[in-house]
Amino acid sequence: MRPFLLQVAAVTLINLKSIPQRFWLSLSTVVAVALVVMVLLTFLAMSYGFQKTLSGTGAADVAIALRGGAAAEINSAVTRDQVRLIEEGPGIDRGADGRPLTSAELYLVVDGVKRSTGTKANLPLRGVGRDGANVRKGITIQAGRMFAPGSNEVVVGKSLASEFAGFDLGQTVKLGTSQWTVVGVFTADGGVFESEIWADAPAVQSLFKRENYFQTVRARLESPAALASLKQYVESDPRLKLDVKTEQDFYAEQSGQTTDLIQKLGWPLAIAMAFGALAGALNTMYSSVAARAVEIATLRAIGFGGTPAFIGTLVESLLLSVIGGIIGAVATWLIFDGFTTSTLGASFTQVVFSFHLSPALVLQGVGLALVVGLVGGLFPAIRAARQPIVAGLAG
Amino acid sequence: MSDHALVRLEGVTKGFVKGQESIAIFKALDLAIPTGDFVAVMGPSGSGKTTLLNLLGGIDHVDAGAITVAGQRIDGLSENALARYRAANVGFVFQFYNLMPMLTAAQNVELPLLLTPLKKAQRRTHVETALAVVGLADRAKHYPREMSGGQQQRVAIARAIVSDPKILLCDEPTGDLDRATADEILGVLQTLNRELGKTIVMVTHDPAAARYAKRTLHLDKGQFFEKDLAA
Repeated sequence: MRPFLLQVAAVTLINLKSIPQRFWLSLSTVVAVALVVMVLLTFLAMSYGFQKTLSGTGAADVAIALRGGAAAEINSAVTRDQVRLIEEGPGIDRGADGRPLTSAELYLVVDGVKRSTGTKANLPLRGVGRDGANVRKGITIQAGRMFAPGSNEVVVGKSLASEFAGFDLGQTVKLGTSQWTVVGVFTADGGVFESEIWADAPAVQSLFKRENYFQTVRARLESPAALASLKQYVESDPRLKLDVKTEQDFYAEQSGQTTDLIQKLGWPLAIAMAFGALAGALNTMYSSVAARAVEIATLRAIGFGGTPAFIGTLVESLLLSVIGGIIGAVATWLIFDGFTTSTLGASFTQVVFSFHLSPALVLQGVGLALVVGLVGGLFPAIRAARQPIVAGLAG
Repeated sequence: MSDHALVRLEGVTKGFVKGQESIAIFKALDLAIPTGDFVAVMGPSGSGKTTLLNLLGGIDHVDAGAITVAGQRIDGLSENALARYRAANVGFVFQFYNLMPMLTAAQNVELPLLLTPLKKAQRRTHVETALAVVGLADRAKHYPREMSGGQQQRVAIARAIVSDPKILLCDEPTGDLDRATADEILGVLQTLNRELGKTIVMVTHDPAAARYAKRTLHLDKGQFFEKDLAA
């Protein structure tokens, strides 16, 4: 076994040391694989960043009630009576004043202008109840203060303020037909609420002429397990034709369609490009085997077996591809990790999110590079192992 | 035919196909080479000199007949068995040296030892000895590009003898060298034969080179004719 491993090591060393003789060809393979991995990882980082933003929003102990069958807040409608019935439901946590911690909310689309492009975009205006911030976890006023109930004041999420023009602290912004003053900027642990404008729900109802209905009711649960009793309560009351789920599940569903779409674009594109890189790898490795035909034949004449020649060629191909994969991953990380952008969410409003490249995604990218290297090296490696010695020695 | 021959060819037939035509190189060729012999093989181009070396080295196959080297029939061996046979019995010396350009002289010489169970320190000792035999002890760390043609061929000879093979197969070992350097290399081969008892089969076009051998075989039309060129 030891001589065999020494043979493999020697052939691999000879192959790797001869790479400089085929520098440009080898470099082209590395670059091709790097580009494939970059494309894939950019899409995956986008998908993962979007998913992370939305899934980071939901809490398991916050229930959200929407009209039965409504897939998004914008499609939902909840009457004032239904809000009142929900507030009387079981399993809902209570504040210091003994009142149930709930927030009946409106979700409207208003116009905004993207700072980077100057183009118009749909922004979400959320009218929240007086416990809107308390029902949720992680809402912190970063600058300014919370809006005053009944006023034309808004607080805006940090991401929205940085991505869209006109939402700096103290500015007045026209939403709908009325003017609103930005009195605070809030954070929400990086969640989707940071892409929203919040105002007092009654004020939004009044100024947008939606007096008698809301779109969702959120309720802080005593515990995640309390959802079951609240659901049972809703299902048993014919006046409550509502779907109740945890906020966590709601946002997981919301992110699913978009992340699926991004991934379904990313993988086919990367695989299509991978075929191009594969052609490059095959070309490089066939050239490598041809350039080393005399060396391979000499080693085999000395007594080296065909298997070390096979493994050595494969290792060279894998190494070039892995180098390409790592370069692609590092380039993606340098260029795109943390890159902030926005896209339409499930409610047709902009969700601001950052590309995020996780170690698991990097592994997927390097895994694809390895597949390219493996397939690209396999057939040249077979040729290296099976090449007749006499033909190889003849050059 | 000697019963104590190191190499014995019996009724060896070998040919190749060119287009629709079958061309015979050897027809029922017989040959015996005793241990310690130094045979020069001469003959016109296409007479099968290199093919003979390839058959003896187990890198080509006979169409018919038997080849026995050191008591082992090598015709009909599998590729793996032939690789083991070469590693244990054969040292090749090529016209263009066939050194690995990215390895030092010592690393090149060490290659056949990687096929043995020797430990690193033992391998180093063997490499130093082999390089000393060919007079290149001080060039161990030099790369082929840093050496002359003659020095490179000496390294190739060191590589061929380092694992103490039973037979050296030299294919035009001086074909790429000037006269003076060729004489040096042939002197090294002669020393290996006379002082270390190495059995050598050398293919050459050069009658002057053949004179270093103990005997010369002329190969023509698939048969051997023995001549004495040393006189």
